[in-house]
Amino acid sequence: MPDLLIELFSEEIPARMQGRAADDLKRLVTDGLVDAGLAYASAGAFATPRRLVLTVEELPARSPDTREERKGPRADAPERAITGFLRATGLSRDQLETRSTKKGDVLFAVVEKPGRPAAEIVAEVLETTIRNFPWPRSMRWGSGALRWVRPLHSLLCILSDDGGAEVVPLEIDGIRSGDTTRGHRFMAPETFAVTSFADYRENLARARVVLDAAERAERIRHDAANLAFARGLEVVEDRGLLAEVAGLVEWPVVLMGDIAAEFLSLPPEVLQTSMRTHQKFFSVRNAKTGRIEKFVTVANIETPDQGATILAGNRKVLAARLSDARFFWENDLRVAREEQMRPWIAALENVTFHNRLGSQGERIARLRDLAHALTPFTGADSELAATAAAVAKADLASGMVYEFPELQGIMGRYYAEAAGLPPEAAAACEEHYAPLGPADRVPRAPVSVSVALADKLDMLTGFWAIGEKPTGSKDPFALRRAALGVIRILLENDLRLPLRQAFAATPHKADADDLLAFFHDRLKVWLKERNIRHDVIDAVLAMPGNDDLTLLVRRAEALTAFLATEEGANLIQGFRRANNILRQAEERDGVEYSFGPDPKFAETDAEKELFAALDAAGPRIERAMHGEDFTAAMAEMARLRAPIDTFFEAVQINTDNAVVRRNRLNLLNRIREICLGVADLSRIGG
Amino acid sequence: MPQADTPRGSARPKSFQEMILRLQSYWAGQGCVVLQPYDMEVGAGTFHPATILRALGPRPWTAAYVQPSRRPTDGRYGENPNRLQHYYQYQVIIKPSPENLQDLYLGSLEAIGIDMKMHDIRFVEDDWESPTLGAWGLGWEVWCDGMEISQFTYFQQVGGHDCRPVSGELTYGLERLAMYVLGIDHVMEMPFNDPAAPIPLSYGDVFRQTEEEYSRYNFDVADTDMLLRHFEEAEAECRRILEAPQPDPKTGRRIVMAHPAYDQCIKASHIFNLLDARGVISATERQAYIGRVRALAKLCADAFLETPAGGGEA
Repeated sequence: MPDLLIELFSEEIPARMQGRAADDLKRLVTDGLVDAGLAYASAGAFATPRRLVLTVEELPARSPDTREERKGPRADAPERAITGFLRATGLSRDQLETRSTKKGDVLFAVVEKPGRPAAEIVAEVLETTIRNFPWPRSMRWGSGALRWVRPLHSLLCILSDDGGAEVVPLEIDGIRSGDTTRGHRFMAPETFAVTSFADYRENLARARVVLDAAERAERIRHDAANLAFARGLEVVEDRGLLAEVAGLVEWPVVLMGDIAAEFLSLPPEVLQTSMRTHQKFFSVRNAKTGRIEKFVTVANIETPDQGATILAGNRKVLAARLSDARFFWENDLRVAREEQMRPWIAALENVTFHNRLGSQGERIARLRDLAHALTPFTGADSELAATAAAVAKADLASGMVYEFPELQGIMGRYYAEAAGLPPEAAAACEEHYAPLGPADRVPRAPVSVSVALADKLDMLTGFWAIGEKPTGSKDPFALRRAALGVIRILLENDLRLPLRQAFAATPHKADADDLLAFFHDRLKVWLKERNIRHDVIDAVLAMPGNDDLTLLVRRAEALTAFLATEEGANLIQGFRRANNILRQAEERDGVEYSFGPDPKFAETDAEKELFAALDAAGPRIERAMHGEDFTAAMAEMARLRAPIDTFFEAVQINTDNAVVRRNRLNLLNRIREICLGVADLSRIGG
Repeated sequence: MPQADTPRGSARPKSFQEMILRLQSYWAGQGCVVLQPYDMEVGAGTFHPATILRALGPRPWTAAYVQPSRRPTDGRYGENPNRLQHYYQYQVIIKPSPENLQDLYLGSLEAIGIDMKMHDIRFVEDDWESPTLGAWGLGWEVWCDGMEISQFTYFQQVGGHDCRPVSGELTYGLERLAMYVLGIDHVMEMPFNDPAAPIPLSYGDVFRQTEEEYSRYNFDVADTDMLLRHFEEAEAECRRILEAPQPDPKTGRRIVMAHPAYDQCIKASHIFNLLDARGVISATERQAYIGRVRALAKLCADAFLETPAGGGEA
C-alpha cells in the first residue's frame, strides 16, 4: 500500500501560525481522502518556517468501486416527473431499469462508479485544500490570484511504496508538483529529490532542517538549560517564547551571551520585557539573587566562528535597547524620588482618557473619590485607598511605560516605592489592573482591591453613561473583562458590595438596570463554567438584592447543592405541584390565595401535620435567611418534603366544601411563599 | 556609479555613503529606476509617490531611492547611539513582485558586505499597516543577528484599493544597517565619507547639530496653534485640488491632479507627526487625526487610478 508525502514549500510562515496550519493540512487532506473512499493507516503533519508537511501511511492504490441505486417515479408517471429524475441522476431514459414492485412498475437508476487511482484523488484533494486553506490571514503576490500565507514556491507530492516513488501530477496556478525540495536557506540551499517520508526526513536533517517543531523546541530548551547550568544559572521558563522561537528556525543553534554590567541594575521585569519583546531572547537568572544576568538567543545557522559574530551582534542590539530602557529608568526614578511623580500627574491632566469622559487627570480624581467611597465595603483604610488611587495611574506618563506599555503598573509600583509612598499604595499601583484575564490572580490587599474596583467601575459606569457599551464581538474598551474583573474580585474576596450603590457613588449617569443586567450576563457565563445550571441562575437572579453578587452566588451554590439531594429534588416536585394547583385555581377563581390558612379548618391528619411542619419551619427558615445562611434555610426546607408528600397523597384539594377548599389553597400558598423566599423555584426546570 | 564596487561578498564598505552607493548600484543592476528623494517631509520612504501611488493600478513599476525620513518623536538631541528624528531609508519597489524577491534582497545584503555564512538572517513576521495611508501588506522584518535591518512587504491594499498586481516593497533603515556593517556603536561616530578622504567627516559632523536643534524644536518650540491651522489648510487644499473639474480649461486636456493633492496629504501627515511629538494629541484624538489623513490618502488613491500612470484613461 502506498504512502503519501506532501510538502508545501513557501517563504517564511509566521511562527504563530505554523502549528495550527500543520493540523489544518492534516485534517483537510485526510478528510478529503476518506470522503473519496481512501482510508489510511496513520498520518502526521509538521511545520517549519518554510514548509508544511504531511505524511499519510498506507493508502489503498485505488478507491473502491461503488454502486448507488436510486428509486425514481413509476414507469407510467407523467413525462415531467421522469425528465426531472433523469436530470437529477444524469442518466438517459434507456439507462434506467424498470422493476415491478407492489406499487407497480417503478423506475430505478443504478449508478456504478468504478474506483479511481489514489493519485487522481490526492491531486484533487490537495488542490481543494490549497485553494481553501484557512490561514488567519493570507495574501496574493506577483500577478497571480492564488492566496497563501506568503508566496508559495513549490509543491512536493509523491506516492511511494516498495517499488519506488511516483510524483502525483498536479499544477496550481503555475506551480507544478514534483519530488524535490530544498534544505536550509543558507547551509544547504541545493534541491534534492526524495523517495519516501523516511528518506525526506533523513535528508532534511542532513540538509540542516529539523522537521518537527517539538524536536526543535526540545533542542532549544535542552541546550539553553545546559548552557545556563554550566554557569550555575537557570533559564527563566517561557513556553510561549519557546514555541515562537522554534517556529523561527529550521536549525536551532542556541547561544548564551552577557548583559553588560551597566544594565544589571534595571528591574528584572524591564530586562525581561525588553529582551523578550524586542529580541525574542530568553532571560537567564541567578537563582540565588533572582537577578537576570545573561540572555539566550537562538540562531538559525552554524557559523565557522561558532556564532561569535552573531552573538556580538545580538549583544550590541541589546545594549542599544537597554541603554534606551536605562535612560527612561533613571529619568523616571529622578521624577519619582525628587518630585513624587507630580510632573506625571500634572501631565495626565492634558491627556484625554476619552473625549466624552474627560482627561486622565479627571479620571484620577474620580478614582480617588470612588476608591475612598468603596472602603466601607472593602475594609481598606480610606485615606490610604485615596492616596493609592491618586498615584495609581501616574506611571502612564513615565518614559518607561511610554516605551513599554505592557509594563504599566509594574513600573508604577517601583516608582511609588521610590517616591516614598506607603507599601500598600505602591502595591495598589501594580495590582489595581488585575485581574487581566480569566487566569490572572485577583488582588487581595484591601487597598489594592479598593483601587481595582474603582478603576473598573469608573470605566463601566462611564462608558455606559455615554452609550459606548460592547456590542457583539466589539468591545474596544475591554468592558467585559472589566466586569468579570469586578465579579471575581468581589467573589474571591467574599466582599459584599451592592452594585447599585457602587454605580451611584460614581458621577456618571449610567443606566443602572442595564449595567446590572450586563454584570448578570457576565456572572451567568462565570457560573456556567462552574457547572451551575442556567435555571438555578435564573431562580436566584429573580430574588431581591441581586445586585449583591456575593450573596447571589452563595444562594446559587446553596440551591445547586440542595437540588443535588433527593429531598431537594422531591421538594421541588412538591413545590411545583402546589404552584400549579394554585395557579390553575387562581386563574379560574380570579383571586389570589394569599390569606393565612386557618388550622381549625384542617380536616385530615396529613393536613394538620403539614400545618405543624410549616409553623415549625417558617421561623427557622426566616432566621437562617436573615443570617444569609442559605444552606441552613434549604436544609430546613428539605424537612418539609415528607409532610408535603403525605399531604398530596392523602388530601384532595378540591372538595365541595368551599371553606375547606379555600383553606387548603391558602395552605398551598404558604408552601409557595416559603419556597419562593429562598429562590424563585418556579424557574427551576424539570 | 562605482560599478566595480558590487561583486557579491565584497569587502565591507568604508563609509555610510559607500554603503548607499553600493545599494544604488546593486538595484540599478537589477533594472530598477534609481530615483532621487521626494522633496517633502515624510515619515518613511513608503510615502514617496513612487511607492504609494505607483503601487496602485495595473502598470508594472520598479524603482529604488534614498528617502530622508522624519520622526519627530524619535529625536534624542543627537545623544542616543541610534535614535534620530531625521534619518535615511532606502526603498525598493517592484511591481509585480518577482518570484525571487527574497533572493534579490539577500543579494543586496551581500553587495554591502554581509557574509551570509557568518550572520544569522531571519524573516520574522511583521504585517505592515499604515493607518494614515489606508494601506496594508504582509511580510516580515528582516533580522540580522537580532537586529531589524529591513522591512519586507507584499502590498495588498493601498488607499483602500486592492493591489493588482502586488508590489514587493523593501525598506532598509540605512543608519542602523550601516552602523552594523561598519561596526560602529554610536551613529554620530560613523564615517560619512571615506575616513581616508582629505576631509573625513563623520555622521555627527553632518547631523549632530541638526538633531539637537530639531529635537528642541519638535518637542518644545513648534507652534502648535500654527501647526493645527496648517493641518486644516492642507486638508482643505487637498480636497479642493481634487474637486477641481478634470478638463483643464487652458490646455483642453483632462488633467487629474493626483500628485499635487497627495503632496497636501503628505503635509497633513507630517504636521500630525509634529503635533504628536509636541504631546498635544490625546490617544482618542489621535485616531480622529489619523482617520482624517487616511481619508485624504484614499481620495488621492482614487484620483491616481484615474490618471494614465494609474491605468486610467489618458
